Amino acid sequence: MSEVIATNQTILVVGGGIAGMTAALEAAECGKQVILVEKNPSVGGRVGQLYKYFPKLCHPKCGLEINLRRMKANRNLRLLTMTEVTAVTGEAGNYQVSLRTQPRYVTENCTACGECARAVEAEFDNEHNFGLGKRKGAYLPYSLAYPMRYVLDPRIIGTDDATRAKEACKYDAIDLDMQPQETQITVGAIIWATGWRPYDAARIQPYGYDRFANVITSVEFERMADPHGPTGGKLLRPSDGKEAKNVAFIQCAGSRDRNHLKHCSRICCMATLKQTTYLRDKYGDDFKASVYYIDIRAIDRIDDFYQKVRADENVSFIKSKVASITEDRETGNPVLNGVDTEGYHRYSNPHDLVVLAIGMEPSVPAGEFPVDVVLNEEGFVQQDEANGAFFAAGCSSDALDVNRAVQNATASALRAIQVVNRVAGTEV
Amino acid sequence: MSDYNQQMIEQFRGNFLKEVESNVEEGEWVKMCMQCGVCSGSCPFGPHWAHPPQEIFMMIREGEREQVLTSDSMWMCTSCYNCIVRCPRGLPITHIMHGLATYAKRLGLAPKEQPTAKFAQLFWDNLTKTGRVNELKLGLALYFMNGFSEGIKTSLKMKDIGLGMWKTKRLNPMEMVGGHSCKDTKGLQAILAKAQEIEDAKIGRSGA
Repeated sequence: MSEVIATNQTILVVGGGIAGMTAALEAAECGKQVILVEKNPSVGGRVGQLYKYFPKLCHPKCGLEINLRRMKANRNLRLLTMTEVTAVTGEAGNYQVSLRTQPRYVTENCTACGECARAVEAEFDNEHNFGLGKRKGAYLPYSLAYPMRYVLDPRIIGTDDATRAKEACKYDAIDLDMQPQETQITVGAIIWATGWRPYDAARIQPYGYDRFANVITSVEFERMADPHGPTGGKLLRPSDGKEAKNVAFIQCAGSRDRNHLKHCSRICCMATLKQTTYLRDKYGDDFKASVYYIDIRAIDRIDDFYQKVRADENVSFIKSKVASITEDRETGNPVLNGVDTEGYHRYSNPHDLVVLAIGMEPSVPAGEFPVDVVLNEEGFVQQDEANGAFFAAGCSSDALDVNRAVQNATASALRAIQVVNRVAGTEV
Repeated sequence: MSDYNQQMIEQFRGNFLKEVESNVEEGEWVKMCMQCGVCSGSCPFGPHWAHPPQEIFMMIREGEREQVLTSDSMWMCTSCYNCIVRCPRGLPITHIMHGLATYAKRLGLAPKEQPTAKFAQLFWDNLTKTGRVNELKLGLALYFMNGFSEGIKTSLKMKDIGLGMWKTKRLNPMEMVGGHSCKDTKGLQAILAKAQEIEDAKIGRSGA
């Protein structure tokens, strides 16, 4: 890796999801020097894992592609993948940041031909698909990965698989001797865009995510709907691979709950409404979706979308927080038990598949930040003067949808630009 | 209907939620309920009671005073705490149900023939006599709770268990006469009398 040159007029962006990419690009396109670090082998983050966006139901890959083009075209932006921030010291306008880059074992010679993946035998859970399905020990993170380079799983290093991968490569792009690399840089401002992760569904004990095969999360359902996903776009029950046509969606799974996440995760209602349209797309009139909810929080312009789904006769809305899920042993059907609020009817409804509209929590838990930072009760980074020139962007600042995350990231870019302008003495 | 009941009706003039907030233990939590229904669905009593907690809370807000206070629902609660554990807003639902039962009893509105309410009274009367629960007497009182002939029938049915308990020294037939007691029964009764006096003064029931 060539040397990273950074000064106190450089902006560091941590996290290469949609918010981090946006913040980095906005700042770089304003002429600022930007370093974007991403922990994973590819940028794209959670957006790269989505099948469609609400409410327009367009494909996220399209928006990502535009950003990737902007990145390729910009000389002010330096991307470091497989890199994490390990320590931050200093103050606004002058931070010393330690970075650790994990070895990819694949150099820039890689043409993404895929010969190494064919040669390697070992398989691991596919992180991009939330562990649904497997990928090889030498792999491309996903079809739109950027940089478009393969990566070797560290678990195959030192095995015959690693040697096989190296021998298969026609471009001499595999370097098995790569070591983790420590880098120290100086930057003027930090944009923290580490994003979110789905709440651990197994902790919602009564829903039995860890006990019942046919209880899955909304992010897993999203991957299933994707033609590039683990099931090739088919909505299949994990227990027996049958098509799921009678699907229940449970809202506020982990959100708005003092036992789990106190906050409303904001995206889950819309995610569910969107996912009911996947069922209609796949099966026409031959499906049933049941949405169990406390209240549907589709706000502003997305209320129109809600009304559209509401008008779909195959989608029913049951106002009730499901109390527990049991399983019909014979059929493998999850059975939802509870009492509805509109009439207090007790129900025990079997479904083919249950999708938990899982809540959003910050990727970096409180106590694991490399620097002192003011967090709110829910663990999101607060807008606070005590944070100096450490600005949160996207879902590290709050539970946001893509639209709001991008707006928020642009605002953070502006805040960071103000800091480096002050350092440069060019502030007007 | 007690004077106290009449007094409360006049004091709160149809604002039953406020009445619950002021007079029922943990009653101030009722307005925090967001009607998700997880408590009702989690109750092991399932369909066997008139109004699940979620519905009781809505009825309180609606001001359905008499229906709530004469309901048998809060007497059906077994204190399993499933509802508290699962409530997304952390409402102390079990405690509110017990608070409502206590309040209904205080007002003289508790259902008269409700078995748990009846048992609670039997238990209390038994316990306060000597400061110790006399299990033999309590058990028999329970058998005869619903009439003499049913009492004889139940007693005969349970006779072998009773004898077995006697043999293994788990039950002393001498408990029928007097029975064991705490060290200072008189002192305990004085405490209870004082507590009753404070309670009566609080609800304005002088000389009761």
